[in-house]
This record gives sequence, structure tokens and C-alpha cells, in this order.
Amino acid sequence: MAWRLRLVPVTTNIDFFRLQWVTFGSSLVAMAASLILVFTMGLNFGIDFRGGTMIRTESTSVVDVGAYREALSTLELGDVSISEVSDPTFRDDQHVAIVRLSARDGEEAVTPEVITEVEAALKAVDPSITFPAVESVGPKVSAELITSALWAVLAGTVGILFYVWVRFEWQFAVGTVAALIHDVLVVVGIFSLFQIKFDLSIVAALLTILGYSVNDTVVIFDRLRENLAKYKQMPLREMMNLTANETLSRTIMTASTTLISLIVLMIFGGDVIRGFVFAMLVGVILGTYSTLYMAKNIVLMIGIDRSDKLKSTEKNEFANVDA
Amino acid sequence: MESSPLWKRIAILLFCGWGILAAAPNLFYGRVEGHNDAIAAIDLAGGTATPELEAARAEWPDVLPSALMNLGLDLRGGAHLLAEVQVEDVYKSRMDALWPEVRDVLRDLRDQVGAVKSLPSPDGVLRVAITNPDGMPAALEAVKGLGSSVVSLTGIGESTLSVTAEGTEIVVQLSDAEKLATDERTLAQSLEIIRRRVDEAGTREPTIQRQGVDRILIQVPGIGSATELKGLIGKTAKLTFNHVISRTSDAGANPGPRNLLLPSLDEEGVYYIVEESPVVSGDDLVDAQPSFDQNGQPAVSFRFDTTGARAFGDHTFDHIGQQFAIVLDAEVISAPVIQSHIPGGSGIITGSFTVEDATQLAVLLRAGALPAEMTFLEERTIGPELGQDSIDAGKRAALIGMVVVALYMIASYGIFGLFANVALAVNIALLMAFLSTIGATLTLPGIAGIVLTMGMAVDANVLIFERMREELRAGASPRRAMEQGFDRAFSAIMDSNVTGLLVALIMFWLGSGAVRGFAVTLGLGILTSMFTAVYVTRLIVELWLDWKRPKTIVV
Repeated sequence: MAWRLRLVPVTTNIDFFRLQWVTFGSSLVAMAASLILVFTMGLNFGIDFRGGTMIRTESTSVVDVGAYREALSTLELGDVSISEVSDPTFRDDQHVAIVRLSARDGEEAVTPEVITEVEAALKAVDPSITFPAVESVGPKVSAELITSALWAVLAGTVGILFYVWVRFEWQFAVGTVAALIHDVLVVVGIFSLFQIKFDLSIVAALLTILGYSVNDTVVIFDRLRENLAKYKQMPLREMMNLTANETLSRTIMTASTTLISLIVLMIFGGDVIRGFVFAMLVGVILGTYSTLYMAKNIVLMIGIDRSDKLKSTEKNEFANVDA
Repeated sequence: MESSPLWKRIAILLFCGWGILAAAPNLFYGRVEGHNDAIAAIDLAGGTATPELEAARAEWPDVLPSALMNLGLDLRGGAHLLAEVQVEDVYKSRMDALWPEVRDVLRDLRDQVGAVKSLPSPDGVLRVAITNPDGMPAALEAVKGLGSSVVSLTGIGESTLSVTAEGTEIVVQLSDAEKLATDERTLAQSLEIIRRRVDEAGTREPTIQRQGVDRILIQVPGIGSATELKGLIGKTAKLTFNHVISRTSDAGANPGPRNLLLPSLDEEGVYYIVEESPVVSGDDLVDAQPSFDQNGQPAVSFRFDTTGARAFGDHTFDHIGQQFAIVLDAEVISAPVIQSHIPGGSGIITGSFTVEDATQLAVLLRAGALPAEMTFLEERTIGPELGQDSIDAGKRAALIGMVVVALYMIASYGIFGLFANVALAVNIALLMAFLSTIGATLTLPGIAGIVLTMGMAVDANVLIFERMREELRAGASPRRAMEQGFDRAFSAIMDSNVTGLLVALIMFWLGSGAVRGFAVTLGLGILTSMFTAVYVTRLIVELWLDWKRPKTIVV
């Protein structure tokens, strides 16, 4: 037998329900904690959602946040935040900082005069400074972006709920969606805990996590449906373990190739998309976990009606192509 | 199950070949772009080419596909603006233009309605007082007669004007149906004018799109900053010729109803009181060119259409010796005294212009005035260096990601891993081919999407290979294991990809800008990866089995 890299033995017999109250319980705790975090600490919204202006500065000399703040303090800009950005992809003489100005009441976008003033003030501190990106979002648009982002995540979830319901059973749909909510909520919680900038790209990441997580869950459910038809007498709990063990190799394999891509992006992809990649990274890990420990538990808790529906899966257009 | 028929194999191979060909231009981005630009330039010059253009064109063979993925602003650098058109402006100018007509029809009914006076009123509403209340029905009738039927799909038959009486006052405004129709026209006109102005500036592939009811999205790659772009499109360039009532140096002077107090453009502290309803407006212009006046100073010469020419001729005939003001965006450029009747409908605007000012003004006047002002809700400027950094980082990440995933697949599945890698490479080529062919815009999140697709695309192959392993363990022959592996995994592949596609669709539908670009990449990536994982890998495995005819295989 040729050598193969195997992260999972050929046959496993893990009881995924042995510690179900610990695993399921900790998932519930994590979800509750995330909710509490979001409501108490809030999210560090980027200008997409909060309105305001973001100026990216780049200079050949080292960023002196104190001096920048000093220079801007005389301009009466309201809430100003300055943070240095470091990244392994930067050149040695590339020093980047992000200056964020909050939106002012009654103004749709920051006026060009304000931006010119800020740029002049920073130039006085560091003559070699350049401004590779300047972005302003008015409060009107940012409010709409929040709404449409929420709608997108909601619509994504409902769409998936519906699809899984049609293709499988409603119990499966509930399990899938519970796992999805878990994944998205905990990612948002982590962003709140570490106060990582939360902008439009993070919403795209959340939606992709939805897609990934449901993909993972559906593969197991697909096998479960097949096994339900095959072993009519096996208790549900045992069958779920069998299914999860049968597909474990694939679950781990896909998670690892995706994680590899993400880690590469994290290291080499530059700082602009780091937040996005980080969200995905956490989401993929959570998605894999929730597939194994969350979605199935819920289906088991609800139980499946195994009497009449089984025949209908036989007629399913995709299953049992060779039959 | 038989192995795939020959026609199917050939079709798959042809499709893959097309993908590789159509993706190829993106590997030589600079050269192909030069080639495409040269062709466009030669076309523009009417088919004659300079040697430089010919050389640029020869950089890429004409017979090969030359469609490229558009690079988004975050990769190429440029400016992005989201503008909201103040549609109410148009209601106001319509009412302002209506006042002289209302005055004239009511003047004809002087015996019935008495004296007519315009009252101060909110923008977009015209309030007229008459002294004889008995004449109200006749007055209403006359004013209503000024309206016409709304021209739109929904509002046919309704009048453009809503005319009501309040005591001795007549209140005139646009009807709701006409407001809707007007908004449509305002937006369409604004779009067209912005497009013309941006095109005159000659930048590459600008995106100018309507968004929602009253918004316009403008993205111009390669422009220095959003401020510059605003300078180009933000000017309303509303040109009017108004009758001057008086000249003052008091900035707080009360101009009186239906009159305006406007500052002079080049004389500090000088203001003109002019009639609000213009004699002629820029809408009546047919041409504007930079030129010079008698003293050799830069100026802009213009020509009116027939209506404009008649109105201008009549006005100059009636007002010899009086001043009129040339007003651009609420500033008086100049206020010459009418020396004689000007019947020809052409004239010259002088002021203290530089040659550049005169040229820009002529461009703005030629492109036409924006019907309404715009406020900018969102503006983004990305420098080209940052874009280049992002491209470099994206390329590096994609390359390294691909190599690592490929090695990992070979380590896990041996020769089958290699097959999956070939399919993966074809997948990337197909994805790039599709993105180029539909002219999709590649953004930084889009690149992340491609890298992510590489990680997720092997999933289908993983599912198949794991299934093949199971079949082999159950004692199936190599051929049977392959068939079973592909067939049985198909249901899972289908379900998992359809949900992924669903999410991509929702992102595209609800998302904006970069999120949309990401959704397109992700969605297409799912489609191409399904094709390559199922058909291409299967074809390779079949060919390999036919060639080697192994007794046993290890996946």
C-alpha cells in the first residue's frame, strides 16, 4: 500500500455524543457570551457602517502616532482614531497608518476642505507622507449599508433553511440553521471581544461562512439520509455516529485544504483583506466543529420520523444514481 | 455503466481548451491591454495607424482572445463617488419658469381677476394672489390650461400641474404623477451628462450607473482623487441669461419676490439683483467653443437654437440700454449692457477667464447643465500604488496557496491527488476565462474568493476519492470503484454546491460594490469547480484506467 498522508485513520469509531452536554453546552455558552459581548462592548464598526472618513497614510519614516494626534488635535475634527498598521508584506521603509475621522452631524460626507486640512497637517509632521487611500461614507449610506448587510445575512439563512427543508426534512433544516447561527454569532462575538474592525468585507465573510458551514453540514446529512434508507433498524444516535465517522476523513480533509488557503492569504495577502481572512478562518473552524457537534445534536433532539418518509428519498433525483 | 462516450470527452476537452485560451490574456495583462488600446485608437482614427500603434497592436496576436478581467478600483486605483441627485431642484426651476406664463394668462383676464401678485413660497410651489375673489374659477381654469398630460407609463391622462385655490391665492405645483415622471427624466439626464463629462476627460472604462430612485454611482479608474472627479462632474454648469434689475454692494439686500441676489464672479463685493425667471437658459444652447474676444482675451462663444435665439432676440430688442446677467451656477460671470438688438442667436461670454477656464466652461456648456444639484454620500480614492501592492499580495497568496494545496492533495491521494490538481488548474483557468468573457471586475475580495475557491474546489474531489476508497475497501474493482465513487458522491456535491450558489446569489442581489464582485467570483468558482471536479477529473481517471488497466488501485 502506497504511503498516504492521513490525518484521520481509515476507520474511526468516535462517539460524537459522548460528551454532548459539554460540547453542546459550551456552544450555547459561546453563543450567549457572543450576544452579551455584542450588546455590551459593541462592534468596532468601520466607516462603512458608522460613517466618517478613513485616510490611509504611507511614509518612508516610522509612524509616530503621538505626533499625528498632536498635529490633528488643533483641527477640531471630533472623534479621531489613529492606528499603525504592520504587515509582513510591507517593504522595510513602508510605514502605514490608518486615520479615522467620525462623521459629523448634519454632513453627508466629510468635505474636501477637511480632508485637505488633515493631509496638510500630517504632511507638516512627516514630509514624506503620502495618502494611498481616502474613503468617506456619509451617515445616510452607512445606515443603509447596515440594514442591507443584516438583510443579506438573514436572507442567506432563510434561503438555506428553505433549500435544506426541500431537499431533506425539516428537522435537518432546523439543525443546519442552528449550526449556521452558532457559527456566525460566535464569529461576530470574537470580533466584538477583540474589537477588530467590522466592515462590509466582514459581512461578505459571514455570508461565505454560511456557505461553507452549510456545505459541510449538508454532506453529512446527505450520507445520513443514505444510511437511513440502508439501515432501517439502527438507532438514530448510533447511525449518526456511523455517518459522522464515515465522512470524518472528508470533513477534515476539506477543512484543512480550505484552512491552508486561508492561512496563506493571512500571511501573504496583505493587510487590506486581513480582517476578512481572519473572519473566514474562525468561521471555517467553527463551521467544521458545529457540523460535528451542533447540527446533528439538534436533529437527534428533535428526532426524525422514520416511518413513511424513507420511500420518498428513494425517488430522489440525485441519490442512488446507480440504483 | 459505460465510460463516457467519445463526443462527451471531446466536448469536455474543447471546453477546457477554450478556458485556457480565454484565460491566457490575463497572464500578459500589460501587453494585451496595450494591444486592445491600440485597436481602439486605430478605430477612432478611422483605420489609420501610427507605427507606435501598430507595434503595440502586434504585441498580442489578433487571432487569440483578448478579453481581460477588469481590475476594480481597489486594484487599479481611482475614484468612486455615490451621488444623490436633488430631484426637488427641478420642481423649483419648473415653477420658476412657469411664473411668467401664469402672469401672462392672468393678465389677459385682468377684468375678472384684478391685479396679480406672486407671493413668497416654498421651493417647488408657486403662490399667486389675485385681488378679485370672484374671478377665481376663471383664474384656476386658465392656470390649469397651462398644464399638459403627463408623459409616462403610469400617469397617462393626468395633468402635469396641480392647481388649487386657497382664499384669494392660487397654489400651483407639479402633480404627483408629473413629479415621478420628472424624477425619471432628471436621473436619465444626469446620467447622460455625467457620462459625457467623464468621457470628455478621456479616462478608461468609467462605470456610471443609476442606483435606486435618485442615486448615481460613478467609478473612474486612473483618476487622481475623488475631489478631482467631483470637480469634473459636480458642477451643475447651469447657464442662464437673466434680466438685471439693479446692482448693489449690499450682501444682505432684499431682492424682492421672484428676484435673486447673486454675487459677481470676479468683482469682489458686487451683487446683482436679477429676475429669477431666465430669459434664456443653457438648455437652448446648441454649441459652445472656447474663443477670444476683440481684445484678445479668452472667452466662450455660443450659439442658441431657434427658440433660444428668438427669446434672446426679442429680449435684446425690448431692453436696449439695459443690463443683462450671464449667470453660471448662481454666480454672475458678466453683466454686459445691451448695445443693440441681437437677432442671430449667437454671442460670446467674456469674463476674466484663463484659456483653461474657457476651455473647461465650453466643455461643461456643451455637455449640458445638470438638471439638478448632487450631494455626495460616499467617496473613495484609492491610489495606484496601493492597488499594485494589493495585486502583488494577491498574486503571491494565490500562487503559494495553489502550490501548498497541490502538494497536500498529492500527499493525501497520490496520483489521484495529481489528477485533482490538474482539474484545479483547469478550474482556475475556466474561472478566469469566464470572468474575462463577461467582463467582470476583479477586486481584492475577488482575488481572496479565487484563493478560497482553490481550497474549497478540491472538496468535490475529496468527496469522490473518499467514496472510491470506501468502495475499494468493500472489494469493488478499480473501474467499478471509480464509477461508484463519482456517482454516489454526486448527490452530496450537488447539494453542497447549490447551497453555496444560493449564498453567492444572495450576496450579489443584496450586496454592493466589492461584495458583489466577490459574489460573482465565488458563484462562478462554484460552477466551474463542479464541472472540473466531476467531468474533468472523471475524464482523466477514465483515460488513465483505459491506458494502465491496473488490477488494483490505491486512492
